[in-house]
Amino acid sequence: MVEVQFRFRDDEAVNDPAITVDAFAEQTNATAVRIEPGDDARDLMPHLDRLALIEVNFPAWTDGRGYSAARILREAGYTGEMRAVGDVVIDMLGHLQRCGFDAFAPDKALNPDDAKNAFARWDNVYQATVVDGRQAIWAKRHPA
Amino acid sequence: MYKYDEYDQQMVDTRVAEFRDQVRRRISGELTEDQFKPLRLQNGLYLQLHAYMLRVAVPYGTLNSVQMRLLGDIADKYDRGYGHFTTRQNIQYNWIKLDETPDILAELATVEMHAIQTSGNCIRNISSDQFAGAAADEIVDPRPYAELLRQWSSFHPEFLVLPRKFKIAVIASEKDRAAMRLHDIGIKMVKNDAGEIGAQFYAGGGMGRTPMIAPMIRDFVPLDQLITFAEACLRVYNRYGRRDNKYKARIKILVHELGRDEYVRQVEEEFAHLLTQPIEPPLAELERIKAHFTNPAFDAGAPDDLDISDPDFRLWVERNTTAHKAPGYIIATISLKPVGGIPGDATADQIRLMADLGRDYSFDELRVTHSQNIVLPHVKKADLYTVWKALDEAGIGTANIDTVGDIIACPGLDYCSLANARSIPVAQKISERFGSAQKQAEIGELKLKISGCINACGHHHAGHIGILGVDKKGVENYQLSFGGSEGADTSLAKITGPGFDEDGVVDAVEKATQVYLANKQGEERFLDTYRRIGMDPFKEAIYG
Repeated sequence: MVEVQFRFRDDEAVNDPAITVDAFAEQTNATAVRIEPGDDARDLMPHLDRLALIEVNFPAWTDGRGYSAARILREAGYTGEMRAVGDVVIDMLGHLQRCGFDAFAPDKALNPDDAKNAFARWDNVYQATVVDGRQAIWAKRHPA
Repeated sequence: MYKYDEYDQQMVDTRVAEFRDQVRRRISGELTEDQFKPLRLQNGLYLQLHAYMLRVAVPYGTLNSVQMRLLGDIADKYDRGYGHFTTRQNIQYNWIKLDETPDILAELATVEMHAIQTSGNCIRNISSDQFAGAAADEIVDPRPYAELLRQWSSFHPEFLVLPRKFKIAVIASEKDRAAMRLHDIGIKMVKNDAGEIGAQFYAGGGMGRTPMIAPMIRDFVPLDQLITFAEACLRVYNRYGRRDNKYKARIKILVHELGRDEYVRQVEEEFAHLLTQPIEPPLAELERIKAHFTNPAFDAGAPDDLDISDPDFRLWVERNTTAHKAPGYIIATISLKPVGGIPGDATADQIRLMADLGRDYSFDELRVTHSQNIVLPHVKKADLYTVWKALDEAGIGTANIDTVGDIIACPGLDYCSLANARSIPVAQKISERFGSAQKQAEIGELKLKISGCINACGHHHAGHIGILGVDKKGVENYQLSFGGSEGADTSLAKITGPGFDEDGVVDAVEKATQVYLANKQGEERFLDTYRRIGMDPFKEAIYG
């Protein structure tokens, strides 16, 4: 199993094997699932309360469907671990985080210094994704 | 025009630092070229046939003189003394060194410019009407909405790796000067029956190998839901746009395959959901941006008459100027299509001269047009002769806007690694063939567009006359088409028949103009005559 290299959660790591979305529908006791790019994240919506881990697989980082999948599940109220796995690259770490990912298990371990810089890169952001808990620049310009 | 605040400045500065770091990792070998490619593309850096090309964003085509001047200086310092203005209102430099790009970006950042998302599979620079804020026929100035969308789309974390590139245009007048319906999303600002301003959305237009005209997907989006609706459109595309074949990955294919109605249904469903999320900037933000786009201090007493006793000046006024909303003022378009020149190219000195003219005679504003020309949007009629004289002396006083000499052409095989044929020499030969001002005046409006491959960067589908260069068994061959238009009457051009060699296609264009002149009724343009009499008389003359 690929190791989780970065994790931004205080709870205990979840190590249940993640199963496919199709298999998950039939295993009522499963607590971890893996989403592939072609899966519809919304299929998981009825089961979010029993999930402790959602892995989102990036076979290639240039396939951006996983960003929408993660954000949709966070918008639906999922609070468990959201783990990016596969071709996870330094330059996208901050953007993944903004879509709701809080754990990262790259196929190939990333340079920790470069990764640290990438997570800290953007002091401010133009959009509210809501799920990252950050205040958009427009909100700072117009404090309520 | 828009002025950065500390946040905007911080965003571009951070991008420079990020890109510098990416270049460092590339040069040290930490990143392979394959890994680096999508990263550099998101910053407008292409690897062409002979060198790197850097595409600098000109958001919605608006520039001030300090920015324009720097574009000239960069051409001198980092390129070969010229730059190339593009069909998406940007500028690109064709002879760039990788290790110098971070420094170029740092210089650009000092004048509130950048190359963010000028290429790659992300939301590109937002384009707009080049006459925004000056045109007599606009409902509102479209640029504040374009700026709002610029900020939203910059580094949007969910939409940085879309199935394919994504182009948005915003207009606000009936006459479409931005080819709005040939964009992935086209937005037309409109007024509803209650007198409120809102956004009409079109989706799924585009050129490329499968040209399509975008259908309307919503007739009115209220201003306080604009970003949310755009986000819904993008999310549906990001999730369901095809990724199995890059030639079928644009949103136009998704809209076509799902059908307009089903795409609309999915967007509306996603929109209803996203409305529950607090992602929409407050209207106060739009008002803040709008305050940057107020009218310049027009001189209410400026005389409205124009001395056109100089015949050359008169010709230029007739072809290159457009009515301004303020009396005593006029919109002047500078043609970057001198006879025999490379469409869209300007030397560093010409760029700096245009900057000075913008500063002295156009309230410090310039625009880049999607037909690769430059606009001085607010010129006092009393100053126009002085302006033209200066342009003419610098070799950019050509009177040919929207005529057969005002050709749109992609860089083609002279630069581009995707091209199958050269575009520039064909453009040069045609502009020489129709070089005389008299001939151009006789033919009148005739939009001719040339692409060097089926990706259609030269917009050949939307040309009254379109030319597509293809590779036919190792020989450059040019297909001719007629009847395209990008205006409010958007249509796609139809191929005439078998292709030609380089000289043959120039001859065929000339024959086509002869058929037009022989059949023209009243004030008809080439396009109108073609639409009335159809392809046959043209075919007969060309192939008969």
